[in-house]
Amino acid sequence: MAPSLGLRVRLLSAFALLCVVTAAAVSGGSYVLARNAILQRAQDAAVQAMKDRLETLFPLRNPAPGPDELAVIAAAVTDRCGFAVAAYREARSPHVPLGCRRPDGNPPILDTGVISAEMRRVVAGGGIAWQRVVWRGEPFLIIGTALLIVEPDRTKVSGIEVYAARSLLPEQRSIDELASSAWLTGGASLAFAVVLALLATRGVLRPVRELGRAARLLGAGEMRTRITVRGSDELAEVARTFNTTAAELERHVKQLREMEADARRFVADVSHELRTPLAALAAVADVLEEEAARLPEPAGRAARLVSQETLNLTGLVNDLIEISRFDSGVAALALNEVDVAELVRATLRARGWSEAVRTELPATVTARLDPRRVDVILANLVGNALRHGEPPVSVRLRADQHWIALEVRDHGPGLAEAVLPQVFDRFYKADTARARSEGSGLGLAIARENARLHRGDLTVTNAPDGGAVFTLRLPRLAHDPDGGPG
Amino acid sequence: MKLGGMSRVLLIEDDPAVREGLELALTRHGHRVRAVESGEQGLDRLRTDLPDVVILDLMLPGMDGFEVCRRIRASGELPIIMLTARGDDLDVVAGLEAGADDYVVKPVQPRVLEARIRAVLRRIGRDQAELERHGDLTIDRAGLVVTRHDVPVSLAPTELRLLLELSGTPGRVHSRQQLLESVWEHGYFGDSRLVDACVQRLRAKIEDDSAAPVYVQTVRGFGYRFGPV
Repeated sequence: MAPSLGLRVRLLSAFALLCVVTAAAVSGGSYVLARNAILQRAQDAAVQAMKDRLETLFPLRNPAPGPDELAVIAAAVTDRCGFAVAAYREARSPHVPLGCRRPDGNPPILDTGVISAEMRRVVAGGGIAWQRVVWRGEPFLIIGTALLIVEPDRTKVSGIEVYAARSLLPEQRSIDELASSAWLTGGASLAFAVVLALLATRGVLRPVRELGRAARLLGAGEMRTRITVRGSDELAEVARTFNTTAAELERHVKQLREMEADARRFVADVSHELRTPLAALAAVADVLEEEAARLPEPAGRAARLVSQETLNLTGLVNDLIEISRFDSGVAALALNEVDVAELVRATLRARGWSEAVRTELPATVTARLDPRRVDVILANLVGNALRHGEPPVSVRLRADQHWIALEVRDHGPGLAEAVLPQVFDRFYKADTARARSEGSGLGLAIARENARLHRGDLTVTNAPDGGAVFTLRLPRLAHDPDGGPG
Repeated sequence: MKLGGMSRVLLIEDDPAVREGLELALTRHGHRVRAVESGEQGLDRLRTDLPDVVILDLMLPGMDGFEVCRRIRASGELPIIMLTARGDDLDVVAGLEAGADDYVVKPVQPRVLEARIRAVLRRIGRDQAELERHGDLTIDRAGLVVTRHDVPVSLAPTELRLLLELSGTPGRVHSRQQLLESVWEHGYFGDSRLVDACVQRLRAKIEDDSAAPVYVQTVRGFGYRFGPV
C-alpha cells in the first residue's frame, strides 16, 4: 500500500499547490486592483468635492482672516462637525466651530496635530496633498489645499490652508467585503480542487491498486487472474497488456503442468505395465536361485544374476509405483495408535538390525501413525546409515506434547554440504561411482513423501562431531479426516 | 488338509506367464497346483478338485475376481488369497469385503506367497472338550464349530481364527498389530485393514446388530476385545 499512498499524497499536494497559487494570483491580483480603484475613486471624488466647495468661498473678504473667518471657511468645506480645519499663519479655525457640536461630545476629528509636517509643507507651497490616516480606529482621507489668489498675470498663495477629513469607512467596508469574498472564493476553489484531486487520484489509483492486487494473485499462482478493462486510456492499455500477459502465462504454465503430468503418468503406466512380466519373473526367480548350485557354470552364475536382478528390478518398479501414487495424490494414511518405541524395535527386528543399531527409545511414547509408512522411512534411513555411514548407528526418539522426533545418525564423515539439499531428490546419488544395486535411488524421496503425508517432515544435517543426522518429525495426532478406525 | 506338506491349490490367473511362473514355484514348494485362466473355469474346478486354498487374481476377463470371491465364499469356508496390483487400495478393500482372507501384491515372491498359504491353512486346535458359552454363542474349540442360537455359523478360516484368538482371552484388548501377527502371521507391519475387514465380516455373522457389537468390540485407538458379553 505504501507506494500508492505516496502517489496519492503527491498528486493531492500538486493539485492543492496549483490551486493555492492560482487562487492567490487571481484573487490577490483583483483584490489589489479593486482596492486601489476604490480608494482612487474616493480620493478623486473627495478632492473634487472640496474644490467645488472652496469655489463658493470666493472672493475672500479678508486676505488675512482671523479664527472666525477661518471657521467659516472650514465649515464650508465639510458638512460634518470637526471634520475640517482652516489655518492662516498662526491662526486656526476653532476646534469646535460655533453652532456645531459633535453629537457624541468627542473631540473634533481633525486638528493640525494630525496633519504631517510634510503635508503642510506641500500645501503651504500651494499644492494639493492628501494622505490616509487611521484616527481612533477609523480610516480617514485627509485632503489639504491652499487657497490661491488669482491675478491677471499670476497666481499667488493666499496663505490660507484648508484641511478636510473624509471617512473611508464605507470604502474600507467594501474592501473588506472584497477581501473576504476573495478568501471565500479561494477557499471554495481549494476545497473543490481537493475533491477533484481525490476523484482524479482515485480514478488513477484504483486501476493501479487493482493491477497490483492482480499481479500479486498471479504471482501466488492464481493463473486465472484478470483485470476488468475500463475506458481506453493509458491505464486501460496497461490492464489490457496485463491480461494478455496473464493469459500467455496461464497457457505456458498449463502446458508445463500437462507435460509434467504426462511424464508422471507415463512413468506410472510404464511401471504398471512392467508389473505383469515382472510378476512372472519374480515367481520363477526363486526357482533359478535354488537350482543355481546344481547348474554347470556359466549357467549357474547366469541364473544367480537373473535372480538377483529380478529382485532389484522388482524393488525399482515397486518404488516407481509408490512414488507415482504420491504424485497422483492417491496415497492414503492407515492411522493406528502405536507405541513408537515398539514400532522402531519391530523395524530393526524385522531386518535383523537389532544388534547393529544403538537405540535410545523412551517407553510409553504413543502416536497416531501409519506404522507401515513409518517402517518404510526408518528402514530406509537405518539401511542407508548402515550401508554408507560408519558405526555406531543410532536411533533416538524424542517427544513433546505434539510431536515425536526420530533421529537416525551414523558416525562417518557425514555428507558434503553441497549434497545436503539434494539427497531427497529422485534418483539422486551422492556418489556417482556407487554401485547401482544398492537401491532404486527413490528411497529417500519416498521416505520424505511418507513423512509429509503424515504432515511431518524429514530433514538432514551433519552433526558437529561428524556423521549425518536424519531427523523425522511427525505429529503425535496425525490429521485423520475419518476420526480414527471405528 | 495337509499341514506343512502338500496341499491342493487352485490358482486363477489370466496372464499365462504369471500363471506358469506361480505354478512352477508353488509346485516346487510341494503343492498340487491346478492353474486356470478364468473365474468360470475356477468355479467349475472347485467342485471337482476340492482344493484346500484358492489363489485368485482380481483382474480377470469375464467374471471378475470380486464376483468369483463372493461365489466361493457363499458356497463354503475355503481360504482365499487375492493377487492384487500394488497400490490398488480400492481393490484390496473391495476384495476383503468380498470375503478374501488375505492378499499378496504382485509381483510376489514365492516364499511370501508360501508363507501366506501356510498361515491361512493353519488351524488353531486346542484339546478342550468343553464347550465355551458366551451369551447366545457357543464355541467348540476342538471341533472348530461355532453356533449361534444353537444354529451352526459358517465362518471363513480367518474369521474363525480371529474369533478363537479374541475369545481365548475374553476382555483383553488385542491391538491390530498383535492380531496381524497371531492370526495372519504377517508381522508387525501388516495391513491393518485385513483385521478391520475381517472383524466386519465376523460381526455380520455372529452379532445381532453389527453396529452395536457385543462379542467383538472396538476399543478406540487400541484394537479389539472379546466381550464382556
